[in-house]
Amino acid sequence: MTGSIAALGAGLAVIGIGIGIGQIGGHAMDAIARNPEASNKISSNMIITAALVEGAGLFGIVVSLLK
Amino acid sequence: MIEQVSLHRILKSTALKKSNLFFLLFLFVSIAMQASNVKGDVHENATTEEPASDTGETPYDPTEDIMHHIADSHGWHLFDWKGREVGIPLPIILYTEKGLVVFSSSSFHHDLNGEHIVEAKGQRFINFHDKIYYASEKASEKGSYAQFNEMTHAIDNKKPWDISITKNVASLLLSAIIILWLFLSVARFYKRQETHSSPKGVAAFMEPIIVFVRDEIAKENIGPHYKRFVPLLLTFFFFIWINNVMGLVPLFPGGANVTGNIAVTMVLAIIVMIVTNINGNKNYWSHIFWMPGVPIAVKPLLAVVEFIGIFTKPFSLMIRLFANITAGHIIVLSLISLIFIFETALVSPVSVLLTLFISVLEILVTALQAYIFTLLTALYIGSALHEEHH
Repeated sequence: MTGSIAALGAGLAVIGIGIGIGQIGGHAMDAIARNPEASNKISSNMIITAALVEGAGLFGIVVSLLK
Repeated sequence: MIEQVSLHRILKSTALKKSNLFFLLFLFVSIAMQASNVKGDVHENATTEEPASDTGETPYDPTEDIMHHIADSHGWHLFDWKGREVGIPLPIILYTEKGLVVFSSSSFHHDLNGEHIVEAKGQRFINFHDKIYYASEKASEKGSYAQFNEMTHAIDNKKPWDISITKNVASLLLSAIIILWLFLSVARFYKRQETHSSPKGVAAFMEPIIVFVRDEIAKENIGPHYKRFVPLLLTFFFFIWINNVMGLVPLFPGGANVTGNIAVTMVLAIIVMIVTNINGNKNYWSHIFWMPGVPIAVKPLLAVVEFIGIFTKPFSLMIRLFANITAGHIIVLSLISLIFIFETALVSPVSVLLTLFISVLEILVTALQAYIFTLLTALYIGSALHEEHH
């Protein structure tokens, strides 16, 4: 096998983002199910939080892209 | 006021909530764009890569090909015709030791390996992987005038200041024209209109989005003094959105990777940083340098953290947009390169279907990233304007 170990780093970063965004999305669904009236507010907050988590993960991906 | 009244009518008549209307619009755009997108991607790759797989000497290297496609370039490649590249040559503008030098990128004759020399003002230039260098005295064994450092394998040739109109710059100018046209025609509509009728034409398309940015992004996150920042936020939103969408269109007017270029996102982020900090009030700066309500021993520590925060916030904006758009382009291109990796056309249905799926997802991402960038900008500006309360 040849290749760069950077791909492993990108994969690890994606695991982190996956867990984070999964939690955010899951809990947001939960919250919307409990209080459908607030779904607009919850979803916009969900997107903000997901973007922040994703941003942190993307740092990892960019670093492994640069290798 | 006019906007508000007529929007109210649309909303009443269609019984749609603002946000739903917003996403419906994206859906229409996405369906219209889809057909050309996939076809173009296949075409673009097939034509550039066929010669390489025919010779069969070197194994196909997807990384190099993908990086070439997402990078900026000095010519706008359209298609190949009978083995020859057809494209739009763009001007190369260099600031050299002997002043400004201008010539067309076609004078390099599509050479990217530094084999073809262009002479101007007594200086010799080569194009090596879409970067312009001064040519070295002698050619190497391979016929290239690029010299490499033996230790680092980095290119040794000197570079002039390159302020050319590259593919990205041309695409930026094009999208500027589109945005100007969009907004001027909307403005013209409201100027002309005397009664409070519902918007027509471009205005009908733009009004819900403009009102969405104003109400859901600016008013919600900035607070009472939001009005001053609406033009900035609207510019960000439409600039990012339109450039993202144009990046997804592989045929001529699109195809440049503008928002996937870190320099472009850096300039956007720097604008956010400047706007946030020059509008910061006393409360904002006191929260940075002398955080109220914490023990005095913690204050200097928090000051350091908060000071770094001034820079990391725009930095994360820069990285987020750049990485999202670049990742999208890389995924589409890698799925297409599967055909050339397996060297059989049988993979193409799988490849095209996966590309279709990713492209639909990417169309969502174009709007989402524009939304997130604008929203976070509004949040940062809002935090700078926030008044003290207890």
